[in-house]
Amino acid sequence: MGNLDSKIPKGPLADKWTNHKNDINLVNPANKRNIDVIMVGTGLAGGSAAATLAELGYNVKTFCYQDSPRRAHSIAAQGGINAAKNYQGDGDSNYRLFYDTIKGGDYRSREANVYRLAEVSANIIDQCVAQGVPFAREYGGLLDNRSFGGVLVSRTFYAKGQTGQQLLLGCYSAMNRQINRGKITSYTRHEMLDLVIVGGKARGIIARNLVTGEIERHSAHAVVIASGGYGNVFFLSTNAMGSNVTAAWKVHKKGAYFANPCFTQIHPTCIPVSGDHQSKLTLMSESLRNDGRIWVPKKLEDAKAIREGRLKPTELKEEDRDYYLERRYPAFGNLVPRDVASRAAKERCDAGFGVNKTGEAVYLDFSAAFLRYGKETANTQHLENPTEQQIIELGKAVVEAKYGNLFQMYEKIVDQNPYETPMMIYPAVHYTMGGIWVDYNLQTTIPGCFATGEANFSDHGANRLGASALMQGLADGYFVLPYTIGNYLASDIRTGKIPTDSPEFDQAEKAVREKLERFINNKGTRSVDHFHKRLGKIMWDKVGMSRNAPHLQEAVAEIKALREEFWQDVKVPGGLNEMNPELEKAARVADFLELGELFAKDALHRNESCGGHFREEYQTEEGEALRDDENFMYVAAWEFTGEPGDAILHKEDLIYENIEVKARSYK
Amino acid sequence: MNLTLKIWRQKDAAAKGKIQTYQLGGVDPDMSFLEMLDVLNEDLVNKGEDPVVFDHDCREGICGTCSLQINGEPHGPDRGITTCQLHMRKFKDGDTIVIEPFRAKAFPVLKDLVVDRSAFERIQQAGGYISVNTSGTTQDANAIPIPKEDADAAFFSASCIGCGACVAACKNASAMLFTSAKVSQMALLPQGRVEASTRVLAMVEQMDKEGFGNCTNTGACEIECPKGISLENIARMNREYMKASVG
Ligand SMILES: Cc1cc2nc3c(=O)[nH]c(=O)nc-3n(C[C@H](O)[C@H](O)[C@H](O)COP(=O)(O)OP(=O)(O)OC[C@H]3O[C@@H](n4cnc5c(N)ncnc54)[C@H](O)[C@@H]3O)c2cc1C
Ligand code: SF4
Ligand code: FES
Repeated sequence: MGNLDSKIPKGPLADKWTNHKNDINLVNPANKRNIDVIMVGTGLAGGSAAATLAELGYNVKTFCYQDSPRRAHSIAAQGGINAAKNYQGDGDSNYRLFYDTIKGGDYRSREANVYRLAEVSANIIDQCVAQGVPFAREYGGLLDNRSFGGVLVSRTFYAKGQTGQQLLLGCYSAMNRQINRGKITSYTRHEMLDLVIVGGKARGIIARNLVTGEIERHSAHAVVIASGGYGNVFFLSTNAMGSNVTAAWKVHKKGAYFANPCFTQIHPTCIPVSGDHQSKLTLMSESLRNDGRIWVPKKLEDAKAIREGRLKPTELKEEDRDYYLERRYPAFGNLVPRDVASRAAKERCDAGFGVNKTGEAVYLDFSAAFLRYGKETANTQHLENPTEQQIIELGKAVVEAKYGNLFQMYEKIVDQNPYETPMMIYPAVHYTMGGIWVDYNLQTTIPGCFATGEANFSDHGANRLGASALMQGLADGYFVLPYTIGNYLASDIRTGKIPTDSPEFDQAEKAVREKLERFINNKGTRSVDHFHKRLGKIMWDKVGMSRNAPHLQEAVAEIKALREEFWQDVKVPGGLNEMNPELEKAARVADFLELGELFAKDALHRNESCGGHFREEYQTEEGEALRDDENFMYVAAWEFTGEPGDAILHKEDLIYENIEVKARSYK
Repeated sequence: MNLTLKIWRQKDAAAKGKIQTYQLGGVDPDMSFLEMLDVLNEDLVNKGEDPVVFDHDCREGICGTCSLQINGEPHGPDRGITTCQLHMRKFKDGDTIVIEPFRAKAFPVLKDLVVDRSAFERIQQAGGYISVNTSGTTQDANAIPIPKEDADAAFFSASCIGCGACVAACKNASAMLFTSAKVSQMALLPQGRVEASTRVLAMVEQMDKEGFGNCTNTGACEIECPKGISLENIARMNREYMKASVG
């Protein structure tokens, strides 16, 4: 039985959000001036929310661990942002975006939230353009679009391969306007280390100034967690090095439920691992799959020859190549969703067809695109009888204009020219669909504590389609949270400033200080990274792209044991009252070591295959994921009770009234 | 590869710093420069010494956090890249590498290789934005058609990552390339024209207040900029500034 109240408004799907907004209590502008909001995180989700809340008149304090809000991990997003604008006239609509997203998420997201997302998506583009975000344009001056995995329309807006950067700069400029007005105080190089609850409500945070080491108290009438995703629990991922779960985990330990921790997106087009020294993995935007074709050799001996360097991929004849996505999924081909593409790559590599030294890579080949675009350009330039070489050069220029920075990034890392030889790619941990459980108002199970962006669980289900995380972050930040938080704050207009000298603040600060001192005083022998890498290996081997019950059971036990060893044996040099990145890492890894166990536990309990969660026991004869709607059509929301392994499961039943729940097929 | 590393060590902003020498073996040419420093730090931690503190985050050349002066050049010997995109294959076995923080009066050292670049933030806060309400009640995006050339030019200016290499490369520690990139992005777009004069005046004023030097058209900034931000931006900013001062 579901027993969590998601507070979904009544009424027809398409009217829910409008009706809800009409019902919401408003705070009068004079009163907003007396209300403080803390925003933990200044990526797209936190930055947009901070700017809008400040615009509305609230006093906002923002926190981020980088030296500038503009460096948040959102900056790295490459491919684009979706919106149901139907500028291309190819049949897009709010309903279709809603439908694609629910289906893409393998029917594990909330209808009402996703519909709202689709509904406000078009406003995001208007907003960003007004703020000066330089999206790609056509020669006629109108906005250009491209398409992403899992959909058949062209609804993705982009700025070369730097969409996240441009959106974040837009959002940061909106923040800057409010900083200049004095409505936002930006605390950079600050890390939130605990949530303070007073009288059952979130009333502040404990943060550490990462330059001086000082531990600070900050109070507010509401606290918003916009701290991003936790993919770094795997050590190797496409996330920035500092991305972490700490803020989300701390609120979980204070009472916020943590939902679907095992739903992790593995992205199919990343640069493969090259060696033990590797600190992170680099994504090659999924938009490349619009033009690149994915293949491995058909014959095992060819794959072997390529691995050993005896055969070049360009020498392999067309009929000896296996374009396995086009073969298996003719309708979507190379544009199947990420979970499907990732598993298919793993399947081919596990079967021995991998093409790099480690056998864990497939090709992403642009030669057909060079020809196609080259011919088009030759035609528009009225070239007579161009040679094949000329055509290829023209085509390369078109591809360069579209993806130049990605090709350059690839070449820098791999030291091979992707214009001359196909790129090698392999799946890597990318995005976490799980996160803090929130209701329709984006409020967690702690009153006054909200969560937005990748830090919450709400809109993506078990698999996120491309270009939808940016959309969610900005939709929540610009257009949803500013309304819904007002409803909560309307009852706080007489509260006055929240003092920070209360016993609750004393207690929270003391706990944070003791934990940090414990690291500094520990007489261990191993570095923080040593433990993080070992955790990552357990996670990847046993809780990674495909999982089974025995491995998951082992993982739960191993992570627990590793956590104990960590607390005994970790060594953190330096002091508390100084800039100390090792100490920062130690505190983050300590939280990953707890989350990891809950993650495995969640994966173990979910006896079905679903989106990013593939359980080997549950698959069709053709190796496709086999969902169990009868028993698992719910959100798994975990309540912390003292140890991650003892967390209690609460269920939010997912009810589909507007969409027919079907097996997901991309054939 | 075996390397000799000469690294600037400085306990905090108030302390005096000095170059310290480290020997490092087992460096793989496929490692990035920052991964090489990770290996050094792992060694130092294991030996009970304080690791070298440096700034970094995305490690894919987009956040602008990593900021090292390597053998006298911001982001090292390669062109068009950030430090995290620099790979050890650009060095040879037996090389000596000097690693220092970005040097500029407006970028005080906080610790070891980390500098405080918040002066850049204050320049943007002085006016680097378009004053538009964020509540989504704006007009339809396609109601503001923008010639592709202008949109592309604005995008190129907007691709500055705020790393500060231009300042570190400049003998006057000038912030003109950075500031002009920010001014240009908005000056090139119709949405940004309305406030163009007040914006450029406010940003330049703040830039001067922060203690950056003047531009003497040496062009070192453009050469070292990882994103290829061109000097044209400076020319454009100067034009904008003249226009605003006169008008
Ligand atoms: C390489 C890459 C490419 C991507 N490409 C796309 C794409 O093309 N389209 C798309 O839709 N999505 C894409 N994504 C996903 C998308 O970028 C992210 O999901 C999204 O940007 C997350 O935004 P956010 O605001 O929730 O979090 P983030 O941008 O991660 O921001 C987190 C913020 O929280 C702060 N923070 C964290 N912990 C603390 C703490 N304890 N105390 C204080 N501050 C803290 C950080 O400093 C930061 O400001 C991509 C992701 C990656 C990794
Ligand atoms: S102009 Fe270039 S060098 Fe200067 S901050 Fe921007 S990206 Fe860095
Ligand atoms: S770490 Fe982000 S640019 Fe180098």
